[in-house]
Amino acid sequence: MGADIFEISINIVKLIAIFLLMVQMVPILVWVERRGSAFIQNRFGPNRVGPLGLTQLIADAVKFLFKEEFVPSQGKKFLFYSAPVLALLPGALAFACIPLSAPIYVEAFKMFGSDFGPYRFAFQGFEIGVGIVFVLGISSLGAYALLMAGWSSNNKYSLYGALRACAQMISYELALGLSLVGILLIYGTFDFAEMIAYQQGPLNFLFMGNSVTIPFLPNWGIFYQPIGAILLFCAMFAETNRTPFDLPEAEAELVAGYHTEYGGLKMLMFYIGEYGHMLVASALMATFYFGGYNLPFVSTESVNLFFAGLGFGATGASVATAFFLHLVLFAKILVFLWIFIWVRWTLPRFRYDQLMDLGWKKMLPWALGNTIVTAVVILIMRTGGAL
Amino acid sequence: MSALVAIIFLGTFTLLFGSALIYVASILGPKPKYSSVKDTSYECGMPIQETGHSKVPIKFYLTAILFILFDIEIIFMYPWAVTYVDFINEGHGIYIFSAMAVFLAIFILGLIWEIKSKALEWE
Repeated sequence: MGADIFEISINIVKLIAIFLLMVQMVPILVWVERRGSAFIQNRFGPNRVGPLGLTQLIADAVKFLFKEEFVPSQGKKFLFYSAPVLALLPGALAFACIPLSAPIYVEAFKMFGSDFGPYRFAFQGFEIGVGIVFVLGISSLGAYALLMAGWSSNNKYSLYGALRACAQMISYELALGLSLVGILLIYGTFDFAEMIAYQQGPLNFLFMGNSVTIPFLPNWGIFYQPIGAILLFCAMFAETNRTPFDLPEAEAELVAGYHTEYGGLKMLMFYIGEYGHMLVASALMATFYFGGYNLPFVSTESVNLFFAGLGFGATGASVATAFFLHLVLFAKILVFLWIFIWVRWTLPRFRYDQLMDLGWKKMLPWALGNTIVTAVVILIMRTGGAL
Repeated sequence: MSALVAIIFLGTFTLLFGSALIYVASILGPKPKYSSVKDTSYECGMPIQETGHSKVPIKFYLTAILFILFDIEIIFMYPWAVTYVDFINEGHGIYIFSAMAVFLAIFILGLIWEIKSKALEWE
């Protein structure tokens, strides 16, 4: 994790900070969701506790803390308690893998009489070359938490909710995995940082062997893969079990699905898992199709030069650049999170056979067609038609 | 190597964080009082008709088996996708495309057969 004590401690603080960033997004998102749904349905929503109802979240958290612990009779105690803990894991690990901003370069400096060499800190939990494969693999672990919760509750509603959630997650994982092949064909890498670097500057591609530049559009993945982007976003809704894919929690049929028997903090942890998954999905959308942490047409280096021109040192300019670009990424993420919430309060729920048909018979063939068309188009464009 | 250490550290931290939350809640919350009625699993207030370990439709099992087949096939496409442009640039475009075309043909045939055999029909 680092060569000396400074680097190791910064890396540990960074990991914990990214984890807490994910956890603290949950109360804010719950507030946005409740207020947003209230505005959509012409209600007020929580507006009594504190300004705009913002401290409602703290009141909720305190109330969760003082709830009674309860395990249903004949429930499997160990599985019952470990399911919500395991639900935290996929979101936390996947989110830490996504680059949240440009890396920070720290110049060599002296402290306590010893030299500390130049450092490079990536603005992400850990840099991993196979980024997207790791994210896909770790997010599918979420199904285990749901199954454990459903099985250990000794409640038929929980069991059916968990089975539905599992079948739905694995079905849409196919469409999700296949919709990404198209964009991987274009980027030619698994690494998030290289994908973001690819998307800098104006739209620029090879057309029949000649380079073409369209100066008024950024070089974002959405312009290469519009169908892939839509398929990925729809599959993400199903993966996060959000409406219109919230069959696992269909309250008219299954009470509350796999967390029927859960209350208090344990239920909150399932929510952290779900919102963490949403956060990862939004960050993936921004990274794959909307230029990641970069502003359109503005390269990371020019932002760095701008801050250096304001009189920051080299280290200061690097830190300022990283935090500024982090805000840019977060603005993009917030747009997608709002779409998640907006859709939830606008669309009705599917029936179960419709849901399975959409995943297997519509999205999977579309993603397959997208892959084939992309491969053919790249082959023709690159070779200039001279096969 | 350093990424692996970071993953293990973050994973351990997350699990400890979750366990600590549950532990704190169990200390702060009221002591549970047990009674045979309260401890039964929830079923809309009625006496319990069916426990959570009853029979489940085999359809879910079938879906899981089909998923494994297709997921493995999709994972095979990933290394192909990232090396595709490199092969074209070296002049082996037709080779790398037709290699995957054979694989995709089997994939599509499998999908058609699966839909025709009504393995994905839900009543």
